[in-house]
Amino acid sequence: MKRYFSNKSLLNLVFTFLGGILLLFIIAPLAGMYLSTSLGSLKEAVGSEEVRNSIWLSLWTAMAGTIFFSFFAIPLAYLLARKKFPLKNVVNGIIDIPIIIPHSAAGIAVLGIITRDSFLGRAGELLGIKFVGNPAGIILAMAFVSIPFLINAARDGFAAVPERLEKIALTLGASPIRVFFTISLPLAWRSILSGFILMWARGMSEFGAVIIVAYNPQTAPVMIFERFTSYGLKYSVPVAVVFVTVCLIIFVTLRLVKKKS
Amino acid sequence: MLVVDNISLRAGNFELKEINFRVDKGDYFVILGISGVGKSLLLESIAGLTKINSGEIILRGRKISDEKIQKRNISIVYQDADLFPHLTVFENIAYPLHSRTEKNIREKVLKAAEQTGIADKLERIPGTLSGGEYQRVALARSLASGNDIFLLDEPLSALDPKSKNDLRALLRKLNRGGITIIHVTHDYEEAVSLANKIGVMENGRIVHVASPEEIFKHPKSEFVAQFIGIKNFLRGELTAIPQSDLKRFSTNGINIFPLTNVNDGEAFLLIQPDEISISNSAESGSARNHFKGKITDIARAKIGIEVTVDIGCELISLISSEAMNSLELKIGKEVWISFKASACKIYK
Repeated sequence: MKRYFSNKSLLNLVFTFLGGILLLFIIAPLAGMYLSTSLGSLKEAVGSEEVRNSIWLSLWTAMAGTIFFSFFAIPLAYLLARKKFPLKNVVNGIIDIPIIIPHSAAGIAVLGIITRDSFLGRAGELLGIKFVGNPAGIILAMAFVSIPFLINAARDGFAAVPERLEKIALTLGASPIRVFFTISLPLAWRSILSGFILMWARGMSEFGAVIIVAYNPQTAPVMIFERFTSYGLKYSVPVAVVFVTVCLIIFVTLRLVKKKS
Repeated sequence: MLVVDNISLRAGNFELKEINFRVDKGDYFVILGISGVGKSLLLESIAGLTKINSGEIILRGRKISDEKIQKRNISIVYQDADLFPHLTVFENIAYPLHSRTEKNIREKVLKAAEQTGIADKLERIPGTLSGGEYQRVALARSLASGNDIFLLDEPLSALDPKSKNDLRALLRKLNRGGITIIHVTHDYEEAVSLANKIGVMENGRIVHVASPEEIFKHPKSEFVAQFIGIKNFLRGELTAIPQSDLKRFSTNGINIFPLTNVNDGEAFLLIQPDEISISNSAESGSARNHFKGKITDIARAKIGIEVTVDIGCELISLISSEAMNSLELKIGKEVWISFKASACKIYK
């Protein structure tokens, strides 16, 4: 610590101070929320089946969306990293659209393709899948707003794999599919895993798009909102604390696992 | 075995122009050229990594120019960064192997590892290997692939002298064992010590293909000439002089008169520095070629002193230090140089 400050200029001191304020901006509200919650109300929230179900619903729907859409996102990311094609920049731009549009608008857009009048809604009905007010709809809403994180991370990961290695593997007689699974995918895996974690985390914390597609069953963010509007801050904070804690535990654990691997 | 027939291609800043050569089974063919001349691009086009614009590549009588990379049965080894970093040495060598039994794969990996002297490194990962070991693993993997034609892209240039020598010996051994090798390098010593055939590459073209002896005895390229220490190597136009044994060699606005029966046209002229004498006045003697010029450089050679004189083009004369003192030579001084017509060697 002493060394850090001893030979640093005024510029570093100012930057450290400004950076510190920003960190405080992130930590202080969360810390305030934790400190204002009594142990009793926390116990009550953890004990409530309704709360536990909503957290579980958030976790598994986000995970299901991440896994399902990764089968489409990873091939697309590979093409974007490796191939030149017309309108590639447009495709890259389209991928980022869900990040920049309001999530309530995203929810309305998703709702438009899953109602009974839509093709997807009708097709789902034939197969016995209902989207609106259903986990299937929640999965789509979560995936819509979080998929750019996976595609972008995977694309950067594939781009960082030297193309020469893939070509050498081909000269050794491997088929392009084998090269993808034995060279490109393992070497890009860390980035893909990062994207996976980000997409999952972003999906499970999604509120705006989810509440439009499915008010019920309630995911944790919807329940926090519902308790806040119906009963006030006091009743929403314990649920928020439990959900944030679960998210943090998962996020930190996955980061540690990724670092170790 | 491999025929490269008039191939041309352009990729980024590099260009290959009408490349022709033939490599027979068991050949060690070295492509010699300075950096950026298109050597690597040539190898990549043979392996299929880069598509050619025109011409044909024929391997064992079969056109492979449009063949997929994985169907060409040609291995390529670069100077570095070509092992799969997430796989062990064993897994790298086993990568091209397809066998139902693990025992069979192990046997083949061990054989390739023993041939290349890395049998004790099989559990290591590539990042922990030395430069020489790394290249040996890449060669072992190519051996395991069963391909009998290897393309080597400057495989020795990142190595220390000891590893370089060891690896050269290994490459010679592999070549004697039946592997046909095409090796590109900018190092003429490497070329001489390994090749039975050399192709000299300049500006995207192969300008001369011959045995090492032939290439260095009769260099057709300024690049080779400079490499092997030939100083006065000029490119110019040769024309006959009516009723004379002499011809006129014009280069850079000056005319030199060599004694030669080489046909007219573009040619190279070579004069050994010790054939050029320097004087302070225009004394002619029996020499046919006299030029007035200015000394631009004076440098100590292994024996004697090399004096560079600019007569329109620079020529180097080798003289003794006694001669230099008596002539009071210094940079900037105007002198006369002369050499006999018979001292000029002309090559087409």
